Amino acid sequence: MKKINLYITLKQGVLDPQGKAVQESLHTLGYTAVKQARVGKYMELIVEDDANVEQQIEEMCTKLLANPVIEDYTYIVEEGIVQ
Amino acid sequence: MKFAVVVFPGSNCDRDMYYAVKDALGEEADFVWYQDANLANYDAILLPGGFSYGDYLRSGAIASTSHIMDQIKTEASNGTPILGVCNGFQVLLEAQLLPGAMLRNERLKFMCHQEGLIVQNNQTLFTSEYAALETITLPIAHGEGNYFCDDTTYQQLQSNNQIVFTYENNPNGSIGDIAGIVNKDGNVLGMMPHPERASDAILGSDDGIKLFQSIVNNWRETYVAGA
Repeated sequence: MKKINLYITLKQGVLDPQGKAVQESLHTLGYTAVKQARVGKYMELIVEDDANVEQQIEEMCTKLLANPVIEDYTYIVEEGIVQ
Repeated sequence: MKFAVVVFPGSNCDRDMYYAVKDALGEEADFVWYQDANLANYDAILLPGGFSYGDYLRSGAIASTSHIMDQIKTEASNGTPILGVCNGFQVLLEAQLLPGAMLRNERLKFMCHQEGLIVQNNQTLFTSEYAALETITLPIAHGEGNYFCDDTTYQQLQSNNQIVFTYENNPNGSIGDIAGIVNKDGNVLGMMPHPERASDAILGSDDGIKLFQSIVNNWRETYVAGA
């Protein structure tokens, strides 16, 4: 099996109110060095070895997993996952 | 006129939608469960508010991939009036029947109160009963109603007169104070405020009823001889 580690983040320039609240909270705790926080999503997908992952993951992301209007995505594929 | 009120798991404004067209206006309406729907025999389709699929992944995202969306897309291209309110708007955005996307409200709060709106375009089949630039009051109830699109899309919305409702006092950070937009063909409207919750004066406002009345009147003028 393969494991896809998928990271979905808000595009640069898209307001992230949640990230801003996290940043302000960190400042309250004294971590004033944090100049920006942006909150995204992480997903793990376990897929069959013979799946054409690279092509399908792009499709899955644009059709469902990410919203291309506001989000970017990156992924890392790990081979040889034992379930 | 016959309305379909589409019900997804987690829809919760479906009964208000039904009330607005069935009881307040006296038109025909059916609840249509998303799995066994045949939308071909309806004159208009209403996508209600709520939390379809618990807002999992993104609001409206999972509902936008359900099979009923294929029928809704067909009906949209046939010119059938389609109204999505609140979560229904989010579903229309995720299904790309309308441009843009929703972000969390600027101040992160779920907001539930009456909001003043300006009817920016009263030349649509949804708003013809309103006066140009009429100010109306409708309730909002959302946590993700912060409408976002890129600059090019926003300019297109403006130049095509697709911005139908704007907020008087922007509650959520939406670009251009946008509260509701229509597609280029003018038959698909998405809006965050709830006209169906303002369909009777006893509810605090009946400013929403003109929207449903507009749909009915336009349909009559188009399809009923001698209307």
